[in-house]
Amino acid sequence: MNPPKTATAEQIVIGGSEELISGSEAIAHACRLADVDVITAYPIRPYDTVMQYVSQMISDGDFDCEFIVAESEHSQFEIVKHASAVGARVFVGSSGVGWFYAFEAMAVTAGLRMPMVAMVGNRALDDPGAFGVEHNDALAVRDLGWMLVWVETPQEALDTALIAYRVAEDKRIFLPCAVSCDGAFLTHSQAIVNVPDQATVDSFLPRYDRGDKLLHPDNPITIAPQANEDWVMEIRRQSDAAMRRARGVITEAYEDFGDKFGREQEPFIERYMMEDAEIALVGMGTLALPVKVAVRKMRAEGRKVGFVRVRWFRPFPTEELQDALSDVEAVGVIDRDYGFGSSFHSGVLANELRAALYPVENQPKIVSFIAGLGGREVNTDNVIVIAGMVADAASGGMNDQDTYWIGVRE
Amino acid sequence: MSTGSVEVVYRGIFQKTLAKNICRGVVFAAKKEGKIGTAFGRYSDSPERNGIPAKQFAVVSDTHDELQEHLARYEPDNNDVTIACDDALCKGVESWAWYGLQPINKLLKKGGTLLVTSFQSPNKLINFIHRKGEPYNLALVRAAASFSGLWVYKDDHTDARLLGALAKVAPHIVGIDAICEVIKEQWKDDLKVASARKTYEATETIPVSADQGNEEVPFEFEKPGWKTMEEGLVIRGISAEQQKVEGWEGGYVPTRNPTFKKFSTRTMRPVINFDTCIKCTLCWLQCPDSCFDITPDGLYDANMEACCGCGVCEAVCPVEDCVTMVNEEAFDDNASQWEMWVKDKKGYETWMTEKISDKPPRSHGFHHVGQYAEETADEST
Ligand code: SF4
Ligand code: SF4
Repeated sequence: MNPPKTATAEQIVIGGSEELISGSEAIAHACRLADVDVITAYPIRPYDTVMQYVSQMISDGDFDCEFIVAESEHSQFEIVKHASAVGARVFVGSSGVGWFYAFEAMAVTAGLRMPMVAMVGNRALDDPGAFGVEHNDALAVRDLGWMLVWVETPQEALDTALIAYRVAEDKRIFLPCAVSCDGAFLTHSQAIVNVPDQATVDSFLPRYDRGDKLLHPDNPITIAPQANEDWVMEIRRQSDAAMRRARGVITEAYEDFGDKFGREQEPFIERYMMEDAEIALVGMGTLALPVKVAVRKMRAEGRKVGFVRVRWFRPFPTEELQDALSDVEAVGVIDRDYGFGSSFHSGVLANELRAALYPVENQPKIVSFIAGLGGREVNTDNVIVIAGMVADAASGGMNDQDTYWIGVRE
Repeated sequence: MSTGSVEVVYRGIFQKTLAKNICRGVVFAAKKEGKIGTAFGRYSDSPERNGIPAKQFAVVSDTHDELQEHLARYEPDNNDVTIACDDALCKGVESWAWYGLQPINKLLKKGGTLLVTSFQSPNKLINFIHRKGEPYNLALVRAAASFSGLWVYKDDHTDARLLGALAKVAPHIVGIDAICEVIKEQWKDDLKVASARKTYEATETIPVSADQGNEEVPFEFEKPGWKTMEEGLVIRGISAEQQKVEGWEGGYVPTRNPTFKKFSTRTMRPVINFDTCIKCTLCWLQCPDSCFDITPDGLYDANMEACCGCGVCEAVCPVEDCVTMVNEEAFDDNASQWEMWVKDKKGYETWMTEKISDKPPRSHGFHHVGQYAEETADEST
């Protein structure tokens, strides 16, 4: 483990600069700046790119951490879980079925209240062997106590990874957090990123302090005992309470981040041209790019269309979405995931949103769209078609109790 | 229109098959009488731990609806009959499910019958059994704590005998003819049928009044709520700090788990001859439950809050007859042997000699090849 960090001249040169980097490299910089103690790796595309950047930084002498190449994703997650128990700040991640191979370890991480931060390079689930983005991998842990956040740009990836450490390691929370980065569109696409300097990061992110839950000979504790029905429900309720508290802690973290780094953003959702919008589109991740372009085009034609990008899926921004969407006539949810056999055969985000908007007074119509699976491009024309269908639903001209696949060959 | 419910309390693993045979026997026999029933184990006892008290139940009803009302429970709490397959269980039931010490008659309904396999006298057992506060009956089947049905242990008919006794004490649940028919069907063994009938005829019940029995308040603790339970699945280690015990200055009594006691886990306990102990520390080192308190004069006293009765101390003690495992029924309390010895060495010797010599057969703990055969051969009743 590293001694407490003091920013060196060399690091300030690396940090506090403008760099042309991909989402994966941005995440690697976040690991370096967070001075992560233990990182575990196992190759799978697109997540493996983070590992390449991290190992480059280590070999260049810019970053000092225990970098362990595990023999599988399951071990990868087990190792960091245990390292987290003994007080190490940890980083881990995977993609697609690799993420699923670690499922057992991931499921217990939340119950054990280990604040690991993971990056999911979102990827379709094999078979068929496919590398492109789908969100079903990360979404699989949505009910297990993992905080989940989706980002759009390399800058947001870096910033959100730092925020993720601050939130996950907050004593009021101690829950794992996964930062989802769309395969290819984010992991492999470069943008100019402001890489902050070490001193600013240190002022924002305190050291991980596990307090009296530290597994250490001087603090003899047992963790993860066997328990029966007389005990388990209370344990689940504790995780529930921590997840409820996460809302406030996330808000605090974004406020402080804005103050320290000068980049203000609304914590849970991004509202794009939502003032006076009659039709709203909703989605997560890099899908935002074609949607924003399409929204601008439609606005230029006088159509009152806006976009809400969901950043945090867990905790789900129920109140923010109610606030943003209760005045619109209809909402089109574009899921880059699927929920076979679910209500209306909709995507995961669409059904979650339907539940969140159920109690609002002027319920908008909600139409579910599945698009961009396996990394297929969602282009601006697709988005304009979607917005047209949502407008039809608003006027009652189209069935809103169904799900529409966009860009699929008949 | 009626429902009958039988609770079978047994020693985990060792008596699992025995308990299963009894419960299934009840359901099969009830079916012969036109009723329907179910047999199930208390799920939280599983996976069973060696010797830890565990439970199975049989519930039979005239109708499906009545039966449903009694299903899907961990512990039916209004049983017509409670069967204890080991008389040491009369001291209480401390489940691996961890909820303190439950009196053996706690889930027995008012006026129900507690049926125990024992060679003890009814009065002796009543002294162990916690006061119920309601009248009930006690019936004994003269038998040891049976291992019947466990791996290679021979069938000693304990299941059939208990079924026969059950038909006597609760004919409204199952009658003896149905029981015999089922035994014949299941085991194809006339001798076993004869055992059931013989026990049926021999079984007598004695009434136990509401205020008879052990006055001790059974050990209990309050389960923490989600706001008070430590988060992160953390269980604090028990501090090695010394407990202050009056009269033990210079000795060492470690702090122990405040909630999990082992009072009813054991069927035997060590009796220690402090006069021959050479203070070699082996029992203290090897005891799996850290039971031994170090006395002010450097001797080793097994603490009965923590002893699970495994017999390791007896096995490792290098001095012959210095540690002797004695049946749990021989003791009325959990008091310190060393304190007794310090107060009155002559008196302790008399007490110890009596305890050691009075060793009825007991199968919990394996001492020599052929032991079980010898024990069951004694059961000519
Ligand atoms: S029988 Fe002896 S070794 Fe076993 S738990 Fe009791 S005191 Fe310890
Ligand atoms: S093992 Fe026997 S001799 Fe050794 S300390 Fe224990 S009781 Fe004494």
